[in-house]
Amino acid sequence: MSDLSFDKKTERKPEEFTNNEYDAGFVTDIETDTLPPGLNEDVIRHISAKKDEPEWLLNWRLEAFRHWQTMTEPHWAHVDYKQIDYQAISYYSAPKSQEDGPKSLDEIDPKLLETYDKLGIPLREQEFLAGVAVDAVFDSVSVATTFKGKLKDAGVIFCPISEAVRDYPELVQQYLGTVVPTGDNFYAALNSAVFTDGSFVYIPKGVRCPMELSTYFRINALNTGQFERTLIIADEGAYVSYLEGCTAPQRDENQLHAAVVELVLLDDAQIKYATVQNWYPGDENGVGGIYNFVTKRADCRGQRSKVSWTQVETGSAITWKYPSCVLRGDDSVGEFYSVALTKMRQEADTGTKMIHIGKNTKSTIVSKGIAAGHGQQAYRGLVRIGKNADGARNFTQCDSLLIGDTCGAHTFPYVEVKNPTATMEHEATTSKIGEDQLFYCRQRGISEEDAVNMIVNGFCKDVFNELPMEFAVEANRLMEVSLEGAVG
Amino acid sequence: MLKVKNLHASVDGKKILKGINLEIGAGEVHAIMGPNGSGKSTLSNIIAGRDGYEVTAGSISYKGKDLLAMEPEERAWEGVFLAFQYPVEIAGVNNTYMLKAGVNAKRKHQGEQELDAIDFMQLVKEKAKMVELDQSFLSRGVNEGFSGGEKKRNEIFQMAVLEPSLALLDETDSGLDIDALRIVANGVNKLRREERSIVMVTHYQRLLDYIEPDFVHVLADGKILKSGDKSLALELESRGYDWVKEEEADRIKAA
Ligand SMILES: Nc1ncnc2c1ncn2[C@@H]1O[C@H](COP(=O)(O)OP(=O)(O)OP(=O)(O)O)[C@@H](O)[C@H]1O
Ligand SMILES: [Mg+2]
Repeated sequence: MSDLSFDKKTERKPEEFTNNEYDAGFVTDIETDTLPPGLNEDVIRHISAKKDEPEWLLNWRLEAFRHWQTMTEPHWAHVDYKQIDYQAISYYSAPKSQEDGPKSLDEIDPKLLETYDKLGIPLREQEFLAGVAVDAVFDSVSVATTFKGKLKDAGVIFCPISEAVRDYPELVQQYLGTVVPTGDNFYAALNSAVFTDGSFVYIPKGVRCPMELSTYFRINALNTGQFERTLIIADEGAYVSYLEGCTAPQRDENQLHAAVVELVLLDDAQIKYATVQNWYPGDENGVGGIYNFVTKRADCRGQRSKVSWTQVETGSAITWKYPSCVLRGDDSVGEFYSVALTKMRQEADTGTKMIHIGKNTKSTIVSKGIAAGHGQQAYRGLVRIGKNADGARNFTQCDSLLIGDTCGAHTFPYVEVKNPTATMEHEATTSKIGEDQLFYCRQRGISEEDAVNMIVNGFCKDVFNELPMEFAVEANRLMEVSLEGAVG
Repeated sequence: MLKVKNLHASVDGKKILKGINLEIGAGEVHAIMGPNGSGKSTLSNIIAGRDGYEVTAGSISYKGKDLLAMEPEERAWEGVFLAFQYPVEIAGVNNTYMLKAGVNAKRKHQGEQELDAIDFMQLVKEKAKMVELDQSFLSRGVNEGFSGGEKKRNEIFQMAVLEPSLALLDETDSGLDIDALRIVANGVNKLRREERSIVMVTHYQRLLDYIEPDFVHVLADGKILKSGDKSLALELESRGYDWVKEEEADRIKAA
């Protein structure tokens, strides 16, 4: 017999773990009102004027801008990308049809409705998943918010932040920038100067928000940055579960997304904040994709308040993101559950900060990193136990799963303990997706692709369990789509 | 059912199988015995389609088809089942969920309707009873935290659910306590069918006391040196393997 080598006919290499389709990569052809590229005080005045903002907010922006100009871009993250030219970005783009301010749902440009339909986010209330209210942000503006009326009946405010500035100025002024100050970091300062839209949520005392809230971010315009700002306030004893999703067209140019999210929790309040991030990741050669530089922080001001961040990060060319919890109130609890998947040339440097200030504060970190292709993955986490944080506890688990030989995973855990009564637990593992696990599944009749999905989803289970039901299914599906073609 | 002809295989250039000839008819039970490292698991793995072996000569036909040209999952769909010597743990993947995916992939391949969750649960409960596998194992991760013996029992449970035509049991008896051995062996006996062939790799006669083989083969140094009926196993139990190797050496000298 001539050639009986056991190599299979369809053998593919891990390097090919790449060429999956990004199904949110289409562009909506819509007339826009877009500022020319460039950033200066006039641009900021222009944005502020467009939104008809009060004087204090314009000044707040200008102050942030002046601060930003004195700052330098941070480069400590384990990511590598081309220098960003901040003067080449346009800082405002809005669909023309939305110019005259928010309209009722029936009046939304059909092209926008179609865009969100294609993304699986119908904006007509009766069609969407029962019990989920959606705020849709398209480039720089919010184009629709559903179920506003029903929420209002419960006393819940859920609206675009630009609208909140107009309708609830005292709430916005009281809390904006108190969790992430304007000068917190380079990207937060930039965001404070130029932020355009985002969601605002206020849950009054003792109210349990009657439905899931969710914001859907879409970048559409070319050369535009998206700088959204989200502010959520849970008053005493309030509860809300919030989810954000993100997509962008497939383009060869990199686009910047620098968001700031601030969460405020008073006594006994609880916020569950989930992110399913699926920005365009670029192609297999690392061309295009979103730079996702985000500052997210929760301030547990109240006693017994509880915040949990759950994130599923599958998109973006570069991710730089550390949702954090400041556990100020006694007995407050912070949780961080993360799944990050990097493939092709994607890079992610993500993790969390748990700052224990109050007594008997508790934090949990579960981070699952999956790298395939030439993907790079870093977990970076800080746990700081302050000197007055008697009885503080932290549990950290960070696991990495590698698919193939050309990817990498790194962990950078930082721990600062200034109180001897603290209890710290840390577990970390790195494993390769086992040939033996794959073979085991295939021997039982499961195709290789299904086996990889099954193993990866099993690896992520602890995190997916934290997502609201509807979105756990979505997260599973997203992982499957992202891993498509990841094996052969 | 299965015809292995002059099979040569190596790993990283190291020759492991050196001309295996083995024929297994429908409904037959074969036992393969032999010293550690002689190539028993290698043979089972190659039949099941594991990567990493280079077949340098020979062929395997199964139900008249060229087995080596098939993907592992295709072999499974066609009824090849391997009970692993070292079953692997897959954290977070539900045991039943995985099995259901396997069963339904097979059914789909055979043009049968997939089982829904209710029918599948019924099937699974019935089979779990057969190998006295506690139901709590059904909802755990695949082999996750199972003891050595529990893993082996789980393998036979999976065999019962998947209903293969050719079952390769690689040292399923190792690691089982006395009671478990009896239970698992009884389970296998209940799975004996006229059209189902079973190959057992084992080191010990006591398994063969429960499951009587039609044929016993000695695999040493990559070759089947001797084949016989169940009495051969008893002879091996008392005399070890050296005499088989010596006989082979004499045979080679004479030739
Ligand atoms: N992946 C591998 N790399 C290197 N050597 C291997 C590999 N797989 C098998 N071998 C070698 O091939 C030989 C046969 O191994 P195999 O596992 O088939 O033996 P076995 O007969 O099943 O032994 P045991 O009774 O101990 O289970 C051994 O010497 C083993 O070290
Ligand atoms: Mg073996």
